[in-house]
Amino acid sequence: MRAGGDSVLIRYLARRALHAVLLLFGVSALSFALVDLAPGDYFTDARLNPRISSETVAGLRGEYGLDRPLPVRYLRWLRSAMAGDLGVSLAYNLPASALLAPRAGNTLLLASSALALAWLAGVPLGWWAATRKWPGRILSFAASAALTIPELLMAVMASIVAVRTGWFPAGGHLALPALVLAAGSMPVVIRHTRAAVLEVVDSPFLVAARAHGISEGRLVFRYVLPAAANPLISLAGLSLGTLLSASLLVEVILGWPGLGPLLLEAVYARDVPVIVGSIVISAVFLMLGSLVADVALYACDPRIRVEA
Amino acid sequence: MTRLWLVALTLAAIHLAVALAGFISPYDPAEQHRDYPFEPPMAVHFFDSGGNFHLRPFVFSAGRMYPLQVLVNGKLFQVEEPGHVFLLGTDAFGRDQFSRILHGGRVSLGAGLLATLLTLLAGLILGSVAGFYGGWRDTVLMRLAEVFLALPWLYLLLGVRAFLPLSLDPVRTFLLTIAVIGVVGWARPARLFRGIVLSAKEREYVYAARGFGASSLHIFSWHILPDLRSAALTQATLLIPQYILAEVTLSFLGLGVGEPAPSWGGMLAPLREAGMLTSHWWLAMPAFALLPVVMCYYAAISTSPSDR
Repeated sequence: MRAGGDSVLIRYLARRALHAVLLLFGVSALSFALVDLAPGDYFTDARLNPRISSETVAGLRGEYGLDRPLPVRYLRWLRSAMAGDLGVSLAYNLPASALLAPRAGNTLLLASSALALAWLAGVPLGWWAATRKWPGRILSFAASAALTIPELLMAVMASIVAVRTGWFPAGGHLALPALVLAAGSMPVVIRHTRAAVLEVVDSPFLVAARAHGISEGRLVFRYVLPAAANPLISLAGLSLGTLLSASLLVEVILGWPGLGPLLLEAVYARDVPVIVGSIVISAVFLMLGSLVADVALYACDPRIRVEA
Repeated sequence: MTRLWLVALTLAAIHLAVALAGFISPYDPAEQHRDYPFEPPMAVHFFDSGGNFHLRPFVFSAGRMYPLQVLVNGKLFQVEEPGHVFLLGTDAFGRDQFSRILHGGRVSLGAGLLATLLTLLAGLILGSVAGFYGGWRDTVLMRLAEVFLALPWLYLLLGVRAFLPLSLDPVRTFLLTIAVIGVVGWARPARLFRGIVLSAKEREYVYAARGFGASSLHIFSWHILPDLRSAALTQATLLIPQYILAEVTLSFLGLGVGEPAPSWGGMLAPLREAGMLTSHWWLAMPAFALLPVVMCYYAAISTSPSDR
């Protein structure tokens, strides 16, 4: 980056990061407020058990800090969360962060491989669709049709195909969930790439560049792609939330040990620290993703630098 | 235009069939025929084994011919005892899939429609308040919206669902599902409506009305609300399929309306067991009810005149 550009970028990033941190406070406070609205807690069932005395239940609730008022509990959680401690899982009696960390890593691995797969296949396909007339229209139509198939059905179908054919290693292997997730997000990539390329192809600066005798290969990589990149990178940032939601479902159905199955179990068991932890982690993922997209956008589109 | 009509007709037909579930379905959705578990779908015949044509169609039940009785006992069709008519087969408890899909559609489609209504109402009220009054109301509401948008949608949905009772009677679970789905999605439409109100209230005729001494309520309902109509309609077409899928997802994960009440998601849940679909393919029938609904709504979005 040019002189002076660095400090602009740093200020821009600092502002975005501050915004993200404030949002995280909001997200965690929201989940805590929801917990407080809920009738009963993890020990409600224990209270109904005649063999457990009410003193024991009260003692347990005190031990886990459930008898404190909401703001106190939130501040205590916040203080320890800053140090990487997300509380103790009520169902497993283990530190929630120890449970969540490997699962979060797995979700990140699945989502990023699916994202890479979808974009590595989707961009060339969208490109190809933009440069051919009829194959382009057919592919674009197929993409919009595929867009309407819910991930839920796609994952169920995939698990059946996998069992039936034995092509994929069963349960817990990355290949199948990554493929399903990529297939779910690829139609959007194809359609947007096609639209972005079509928009650029007719623009005057490209006609001028071609008239100057610049080679086709250089045209593509130095002129068309950077100009088409802006809407695509924005799309990648925006579609991350959808990807993470779809990932949760795919993980549960295809048995990938990510955050999804853990969150679902925690919901069944009312394991509050794990629920709050996984929600906050999902928000962190989303924010990091859009931060990366912002930086990429900043790096490849000079127009943003002026605005920032 | 013809495509829009086709889409509208298909949707109307499906919704009508679901609304008239009690009349069209031959059995009660919870009625168990324990002697007929996993009965495959029955074909409706017009020709008997001798090749003779029968004006009254018939089915084969336990090897015997049973003509369909049309419009008896307040049902569209049924067969005489001891015969049974299972047009789409039965599940593990011998419950009629056809009747369950129609009744389950009430839950899934009803939840989708009502939750959309709730979201639009919440978005309309909160977005209008933020845009119309501005100031601290705008700041508070829009920061809150950002918190809701900072989470992957399904994580938020599960998170909110987590803090509500797990097992209730079907009617209360149904209402709860609608409330959860509807409330979780308020932020996006609220932001959209806020933007429209913000630009609408700067129009000259609004200033003129204010100059003539019109009250805020009058200005809002006469000069600003009409601007929101087409945006609300587009949002509705966008939200309904998403919310139908949300209900299906929740009940698929066992967090929606539970047994014995039928729902599309709950009916699809057994498919998670390996080999269930390969041996009993008709259990996937709810998917073939769900797909056209979702596809038609998406098609309606891409052909609607307000969307350019």
